[in-house]
Amino acid sequence: MSTQLPALQVVLPLLMAPIALIIRNPRFVWMLTLIVTWTTLAISLSLLMQVLDSGTITYRIGGWAAPWGIEYVLDKVGAFVLVIVSAIGSLVMTYARRSVEQEIPAERIYLFYTMFLLCLTGLLGITITGDVFNLFVFLEISSLSSYVMISLGRDRRALTAAYRYLIMGTIGATFYIIGVGLMYMMTGTLNMADLATLMPAIADTRVIQAALAFLTVGICLKLALFPLHLWLPNAYTYAPSMVTAFLAATATKVAVYILIRIIFTVFGGVNVFEILGLQNILMTLAIFAMFAASTIAIYQDNAKRMFAYSSIAQVGYIILGLSFASETGMAAGIIHLFNHAIMKCTIFLGLGCVALRMGGVSIRDMYGLGTRMPWTMAAIVVGGLSLIGIPMTVGFVSKWYLVRAALEADMWPVAVLIVLSSLLAIIYVWRIVEAAYLKPAPENAEPVSEVPLSMLLPLWVMALASIYFGLDATNTLTIALDAADILLNGGLQ
Amino acid sequence: MSPETTIQAALLTPVIGAVLISLCGRWTNLRETVTLVTAVILFSLVISLYPLVLEGGRPSLVVGEMLPNLSIAFTVEPLGMLFACIASFLWIVNSLYSIGYMRGNNEKNQTRFYVCFAIALASSVAIAFAGNMMTLFIFYEALTISTYPLVTHAGTEKAKRGGRVYLGILLSTSIGLLFLAIVWTWMIAGTLDFTPGGILEGKASNTIIGILLALYMFGIGKAALMPFHRWLPAAMVAPTPVSALLHAVAVVKAGVFTVVKVIIYIFGVDFLSVTIDPDWLLYISGFTILAASIIALRSDNLKRRLAYSTISQLSYVIMAAAILAPLSVLGAALHIAVHAFGKITLFFAAGSIYTASHKTEVSQLDGIGRRMPWTMGAFAIGALSMIGVPPTAGFISKWYILHGAFDSGQMLAVGIIIVSSLLNASYFLPIVHAAFFKKEIESPNHDDHGEAPFTVVIALTVTATITILLFFFPGIFIDLARQLI
Repeated sequence: MSTQLPALQVVLPLLMAPIALIIRNPRFVWMLTLIVTWTTLAISLSLLMQVLDSGTITYRIGGWAAPWGIEYVLDKVGAFVLVIVSAIGSLVMTYARRSVEQEIPAERIYLFYTMFLLCLTGLLGITITGDVFNLFVFLEISSLSSYVMISLGRDRRALTAAYRYLIMGTIGATFYIIGVGLMYMMTGTLNMADLATLMPAIADTRVIQAALAFLTVGICLKLALFPLHLWLPNAYTYAPSMVTAFLAATATKVAVYILIRIIFTVFGGVNVFEILGLQNILMTLAIFAMFAASTIAIYQDNAKRMFAYSSIAQVGYIILGLSFASETGMAAGIIHLFNHAIMKCTIFLGLGCVALRMGGVSIRDMYGLGTRMPWTMAAIVVGGLSLIGIPMTVGFVSKWYLVRAALEADMWPVAVLIVLSSLLAIIYVWRIVEAAYLKPAPENAEPVSEVPLSMLLPLWVMALASIYFGLDATNTLTIALDAADILLNGGLQ
Repeated sequence: MSPETTIQAALLTPVIGAVLISLCGRWTNLRETVTLVTAVILFSLVISLYPLVLEGGRPSLVVGEMLPNLSIAFTVEPLGMLFACIASFLWIVNSLYSIGYMRGNNEKNQTRFYVCFAIALASSVAIAFAGNMMTLFIFYEALTISTYPLVTHAGTEKAKRGGRVYLGILLSTSIGLLFLAIVWTWMIAGTLDFTPGGILEGKASNTIIGILLALYMFGIGKAALMPFHRWLPAAMVAPTPVSALLHAVAVVKAGVFTVVKVIIYIFGVDFLSVTIDPDWLLYISGFTILAASIIALRSDNLKRRLAYSTISQLSYVIMAAAILAPLSVLGAALHIAVHAFGKITLFFAAGSIYTASHKTEVSQLDGIGRRMPWTMGAFAIGALSMIGVPPTAGFISKWYILHGAFDSGQMLAVGIIIVSSLLNASYFLPIVHAAFFKKEIESPNHDDHGEAPFTVVIALTVTATITILLFFFPGIFIDLARQLI
C-alpha cells in the first residue's frame, strides 16, 4: 500500500472531482472535499516521513521505466512542498463552508468544490512529478480550475480579473511548453533526471539558452515576479475569500517550486546563473518587487488588494533568497516559501472572516473591529507582525536567514535593502491596526459578532502555526538546509 | 527551588498574571489584587536569586533551540540582576500608584491596560535575564509591541500620532540597524552568547568593529541617543503610570541596559579600548546630554520636560560606558538604578498633580506645594537626585562616573557632567521654588483640591524615601555592580 502512496496522492482528488459533480448537494460535496483534503494531508505527511527516513522516492506510472514512462520523484524539497499544499488545503477547506455559502450562489457551490479538487490535483501533481511535460499538464489543470474559482467571486469584476489571469497564465504556460519543446528537440527526453544528465553537454547551444529563457519567463509569469505580476492583484482581490487564502498560500509557492526544479534540477549540471546572467536579473527584479510592491501596498484601501501587493513583495524575498545560489540563500528561500504560506494564509483567512460579517474588506470596514471581532483581528495582527518580521513569528526566521545569506555573499547593500523593505511592511500593516483598534466604529454600525468556530479555529491554527514555527524553527530549517544542499548538488540523485 | 526553576517562574509569573488579569476583568478589585500579588511574587522570585549572584553564581536556563545552533537562553549576571530588581520592585509601587491614578481619572479599558503592563514587565525581566543577544532582541521587540497599546491608550488622534512616532522609531532602528548588527555579529563570531571580555576579539578588522558598534549604539533606539530620541517625548501621551514605570524605568532602562551589556559582553571593555577607542560615542552622548537638557529647559509641559530630562540622563549611562574605565562602567550600572528611583518619583508627582488639579504645565504650578506638600516634597527629592546633590542617590552614581572620567583623563566628559548638572538645576529648581514660595494664581474656574488619592501619595513617598536611603546604603547595588569590573 505505502508504495502506491505517490500515485494515490494525485489520483484521489482527481477521481473525487467527477464524483462531486454527481453528488451536487452542497453540504455533501463539502464533506467529501473535506475528507479528501485531510486524506491528502495524511498521505503527504507519511510521504515526508518516508523521504526523511530513506531518501528520495521514485514511482513509475503504469510500471513503465523512466525515461520512457512517466516517473514520479519525491525528494525533500518536493515532500516539504506537498505537505504545505495539502495542509493549507485541508485547513482552508475546514474553514470554507460558511464563507462559501455566503459568497457563492447555492446552485454553483458543487461546481466550486469540483474546481477546488481539480486545482488541488494540479498543485500536488506538479510537486510530485519528475517529468517536464507531465508537469505542464498538471500546471494547466491547476490554472484552468483556478480561473474558474476566481470568476465565481461575488463582485462582477471577478470576471475580468479571471479573464486577465487566463490570458497571462496562458502566455506563461505557452512559454513554458515552448521551452520544454526546445529541450525535447535537443535531447529527445522529457524526464527531469535524464534531462539533467544530457544538459551539460549541450548547454552552450543557442537553442538550450532560448529554452531556458522561455522557461524562466513563463514560470515567472506564474509566480508573479515583478514586473510580470499584473494579473495577481485583481485576481486576489475579487476572488472568493477562501480562494484567495488558498491560492496565495499555494499557487505562487508551487510556481516557485517549478522554478527551483528547472534551475537546480534540470539545469543542475549547468551553471545557469553564469550563462545567462540569470543571477543578476533575478536579484534585481526581486529587489524591485520588494520595494515597488510594498510601496503600492501602502496606498491600497482594500485590504485584500493591499496584501495581494504584499504577496508580490514576498515572492521577491523568496526569489532573492534563491538568487544567492548559496546554501544559506536557498534555505532562506525555501523556508520563506513555507513561512509566507502560513502568514499569508492567516491574513487572508482573517480577511475572509471580516468579509463574512462586514460584507467587505476595505480599511473603512475595519473601523473599531478590534473590540467587535477581537479574535479575528488579533489573528490578522499576528499575521501582520509576521510580515514585518517581528521575533517570535515565522517572518523573523526568514529574515534572519535572508540577511545572513546576503552578508555571507558579501553583499551588505542587499542586506540593508532587505531590512529597509521590511520597514515598509510596518506602514501597511499598521494602517490595519490603527483602523481596527484606534478608530471608533461608525455611529450607525449594526452589532457584529465573532465568526463561527468552524472559521475561527482554522484561522487560529494558522496564526498559532506562525508563532510556533517562529519559536522553534529548527525542524523546518533543518529540512530547508538539507533541501538546499540537495538542490545545489544537482538534485534528484 | 533550584535557580533554574526560579528563573522559569520569574519569567512565567507576569505572563500568568496577564492571563488572570484578563479573566478577572469584570471584578475590578480582584483584578487589581491579581496585579499586586503578581508583582509581589515576581519581586520575591527575583530577589531570591540576589544572594546567589552576589556570591558569583551565574544561574542559567536554556529553553530550547530556536534556530540551528542558536538557543533561547537565560543567564542571570550582576547587571541583569540589578535591572530585574529595579523593574520588578518598582512594578509593585507603580501598581499601587496605577490603581489610584486610573480610578481617579476614570480611564477606560483598564483591563487591557493592566494586561499590557504585565506583558511589558515579563519582557523586561526576560531582557534582564537574557543569556544571548538573540534572546535579548526577541524580548526587546516584545517590549516595543506590548507597550504600544499603552502609549495609544487614550485612543485620540494625538495618541495615534504619538504611537506612530513611538513605534516608527523604535521598530525602524531595531529592525534596520540592531537586527543587522546581530546577524552580522553571529556570522563573524559564530556565537551570540554574552561572554565576559566579548566575543569579537580577533574575529574582524577594526573598521568592521567600528561599523558594528555604530549599528548597535544607534540601533538600540530605546537608549534614545540623538537623533533617535523623538519617540520618548511622543510616548508621553500615555497615562502617567506608563510614563513613570515604562518610560522612566523599564523601556528606557532596557535600552541603556542593552548598551552596557553589548559594550561589556559583546565587544568587551578592554578590547574596545585597545582597538577602536570610540571617541565619537563620547561626543554624541555628550551632545545628547546637553542638547536634551536645553530642550527640557525650554519646555513648559511638565511631562515633556521630564521626558527630555530622561533622554539626557540616559546618555549619562552611555557616556559613562563609553569612557571605558572600570569605575565609570560601575557608575553606568549604578546610574541605571539610581536614575530609575529618582525619575519615577518625578513622574509620580507629575501624575499626582494631574489627578488632583488637572494641571499639566510648569507655569501653572505656582503655590501648589501648599496644597500638595507630600507630592511636591517628593518632587523636590527627585529633582535633587537628578542634579546629583547629596543626600540623594544621584550623587553616588555621578561620583563614580566623574571618578572614572578623571582616571582616564577624559576632561571633556568631566566638563559635560558639570555643565549638565547646572542645566539640571536650572530646569528643576525653579519648579520647586515656584511650588513652595510663589503665590497661587487666581484661576477663573478656581477649584479647591488637596492631595491626590491615597495610594498615589503612598507610592511617591516610597520612591522618594528610597532615593534618599540609597545615598546612605548604596551597598546593595554597588556590590553587584562591582562584579562587572
